[in-house]
Amino acid sequence: MKPSDISLGVLPATSPALSAVPATPAVPSASAIPAASALPAAPDILLRGHDITRRWGGLVALDGVSLALERGTVHAVIGTNGAGKSTLINILSGEIPPSSGRVELLGQDVTGCTQPKRARLGLGRSYQRNTIYPTFTVFENCRLAAQAATQQPWQWWRSAQHCEASMSAARQAASRAGLNELLDRPAGLLSHGQKRQLEIAMCLATAPQVLLLDEPLAGMGAEETERMLALLAELKTGHAILLVEHDMDAVFRIAECITVMVNGTVIASDTPDGIRNSPQVRAAYLGDH
Amino acid sequence: MTHSKTIFTALVFAALALYPVFTGSYGVDLVTKIMIYAIFALSLELLVGATGLICFGQAAFFGIGAYAAVLLSPEGSAPSLLWLLPACVLASAAYALAVGALSLRTKGAYFIMVTLAFAQMAYYMVHDTPLGGGTDGIYLTMKPVLGSLLDLDKSTTLYGFTLLMLAGVFGFLALLGRSTFGRALAGIRVNEQRMRATGFSTYPYKLAAFTISGGIAGLAGFLFAVKDGFVNPEMMSWHLSGAVLIMIILGGLGHLRGALLGAFAFALLQEFFKSEAVFGDFAKHWHLGLGLSIIASVVFLPRGLVGLPGQLKVRLMGRNSLPEVRREAV
Amino acid sequence: MDFSIFLIQCLNALQYGLLLFLVASGLTLIFGIMGVINLAHGSFYMIGAYMAYALAPIVGATLGGGFFATLAVGVVLAVLLGYVLEWAFFSFLYEREHLQQVLMTYGLILVFEELRSLLAGDEVHGVAPPDFLAGTLALGDVMTYPVYRLFISGVCLALALGMYFVFTRTRLGMMIRAGSTNREMVQSLGIDIKFLYRVVFAAGLGVAVLAGMVAAPVSSVYPNMGDSVLIICFVIVVIGGIGSIRGALLAALLIGFVDTFGKVFLPQAAGVLVYVLMALILLWKPDGLFKAG
Repeated sequence: MKPSDISLGVLPATSPALSAVPATPAVPSASAIPAASALPAAPDILLRGHDITRRWGGLVALDGVSLALERGTVHAVIGTNGAGKSTLINILSGEIPPSSGRVELLGQDVTGCTQPKRARLGLGRSYQRNTIYPTFTVFENCRLAAQAATQQPWQWWRSAQHCEASMSAARQAASRAGLNELLDRPAGLLSHGQKRQLEIAMCLATAPQVLLLDEPLAGMGAEETERMLALLAELKTGHAILLVEHDMDAVFRIAECITVMVNGTVIASDTPDGIRNSPQVRAAYLGDH
Repeated sequence: MTHSKTIFTALVFAALALYPVFTGSYGVDLVTKIMIYAIFALSLELLVGATGLICFGQAAFFGIGAYAAVLLSPEGSAPSLLWLLPACVLASAAYALAVGALSLRTKGAYFIMVTLAFAQMAYYMVHDTPLGGGTDGIYLTMKPVLGSLLDLDKSTTLYGFTLLMLAGVFGFLALLGRSTFGRALAGIRVNEQRMRATGFSTYPYKLAAFTISGGIAGLAGFLFAVKDGFVNPEMMSWHLSGAVLIMIILGGLGHLRGALLGAFAFALLQEFFKSEAVFGDFAKHWHLGLGLSIIASVVFLPRGLVGLPGQLKVRLMGRNSLPEVRREAV
Repeated sequence: MDFSIFLIQCLNALQYGLLLFLVASGLTLIFGIMGVINLAHGSFYMIGAYMAYALAPIVGATLGGGFFATLAVGVVLAVLLGYVLEWAFFSFLYEREHLQQVLMTYGLILVFEELRSLLAGDEVHGVAPPDFLAGTLALGDVMTYPVYRLFISGVCLALALGMYFVFTRTRLGMMIRAGSTNREMVQSLGIDIKFLYRVVFAAGLGVAVLAGMVAAPVSSVYPNMGDSVLIICFVIVVIGGIGSIRGALLAALLIGFVDTFGKVFLPQAAGVLVYVLMALILLWKPDGLFKAG
């Protein structure tokens, strides 16, 4: 039974067996190979949020939230409903501007950049609600998503099917997401789990370096969840993944770093073990709110 | 394009090509007018059917193309088609660019009403100022020529030229629809949010579609001015914007041949309700029949005439057909 | 500009603006609360004007009443018409896309215009104001101002205040405001949303009809008179913000003044001025001046 919200005593006491999921590497804070200068290698931060605040009139949705996404890791953000997770992801992706604070993508300040601009710079996003093209085939969904990376709008006489770049990128993305058998199906006819897979495939089609995933496991059965977690584990290498999720088992299995949010602020940000043993987190969820 | 659609389209154009052989001047004149409306409808189909932008001010671009034809023509001599036609198309496209740049900042119902209001602006410009000859309109003194090759004064020549333009616009939009640009427009229509999330800046695409659409409407207006030799402010009236919207919905949104069908169906409906042979004295109240037909078509033909075979199939064979997957808009 | 002329133009602008507000308020309510784009709203205004023309002799003969009796009968008929029209036609439009609403209400305009042509003919008709309102008021030494125009302003102002009262002080008004922001919630609270919509629609139609009736002596009745009112009302709704009564009032007064003084100073550009104004405002605020409320 999957908890849809954090409730009493649901924080996993021990990590479940990691048979299906490859061992998660320790957060690389210090390189294993000492350099001649004996300085630890800087972590490869792909996306950084600095002190992000968002107000709606008198309501403070986010208050001074900071986080950093490193290459090769899954960084999970958890919290109760209304904690500000959606707002955070929307600010990082560029859909809402912050009231104050900065967002840096691959070292560049993108706070003033629109969402399409950030996407072109290497930021991918999946949505909590399926944001697909239901009347197109699965393949066309992926191809159109891939086309964003190689837009050539001037060649009006050439069919889009001749754009080899988008065609091959689409095939790859669909294959990685496990959709090879379904390429010709109209996307609107897919099962919910398959649509979530497509959601990820479209995210991957432009080969982004940072992935912002908003509840990719929502509404999935056990088998589909396993498949998705395997995919995420595989995607870790080379990417930085932000994962907003309610499924605590999955989060504790796959994440290297977990940020816990309550009422718009970060109350803890640590490794899974650190979170499990954190007094603040226990107070927030097991004690008085 | 699937085979049946290609064959259907080819048949329509073949029929149009052969039509003048079998009819007199009234028929040629009427079908020339309908073909011009079809070009006009195709321009709106690009906006509404392909991109999902509901524009209620398309008549402005039509009217500007028409007025440009008259205003740019020199007094005494016949202008050359080679520069006059592009000039008129560019004039409409320019106004479309300006209107689009402002209107596309709005969405949904606001967008519909803003486009309507900008069309009204153009309407009052020619209606109230001496610029466009006021309510009386202005006459085109001499029709444009292409050297000694084309004399557009002859109705059959004009018919042939219009048919050529229609085929050209149809072909252009068909190619555009399956190009990367056209697919991007389709994506914007189906899910603009996802387009932006993957990295498409949607505003330039929409603006480009708006401008191209305006240019094509201007082409239709140009042809209309040449045909009638006369322009007046009613060519920019919002009733015309409404009429062309009805045409593409009646024909079937999202299909180029829908624009063709709709233009023909609408024009024939008008002729039918206006005909005194059928309605006698009541024919002067033809708006009543037209209005009721419009209402009926929205209720009974939700996918337009193009969707009629599909609707009948569902009725006769039960609901076992998959929803149409529109890879191409033709 | 002479002061008394200025005053006259101001009064004209006020009267025009308030009248437009009355019609536009119905449009913005129907749009904001039911989500329906109603192109036939101008036809309601036209129906009101023609009712003032056609009903006066009938009411005079049967009820022996005069101007106010005609108004009362007109309003009752309008509300009845609103009820029937909502039930028979508009209720089908709530769930439909904007495009279908645009088309169906456009078809309705054509139907109404032809019915008007069949029932009342195509000529222009004047409508006489009642005797006790037909006089003029002195403004200074030379200028006078028609009392009837002041009456129009008065009626519109009274209705505006009445609307304000209903919206802010009554349960019905509260339900209407709630319905405009969250339809499903209102339904789940057990409020009969169908009844609410019918009331709002009938009120919107009634107000437009009343505006037409009251304005008839000044505007006369003529074919297609609803057209220009419709477009201006859409401009008002867009400038003011869909669903916002406050916005409609402000926008209507703004347009009343721009149009009236525009005609005085730049007669040829007057028609275009209103649209230029709209373009400028939308550049600044793409969602209109106020959000719904």
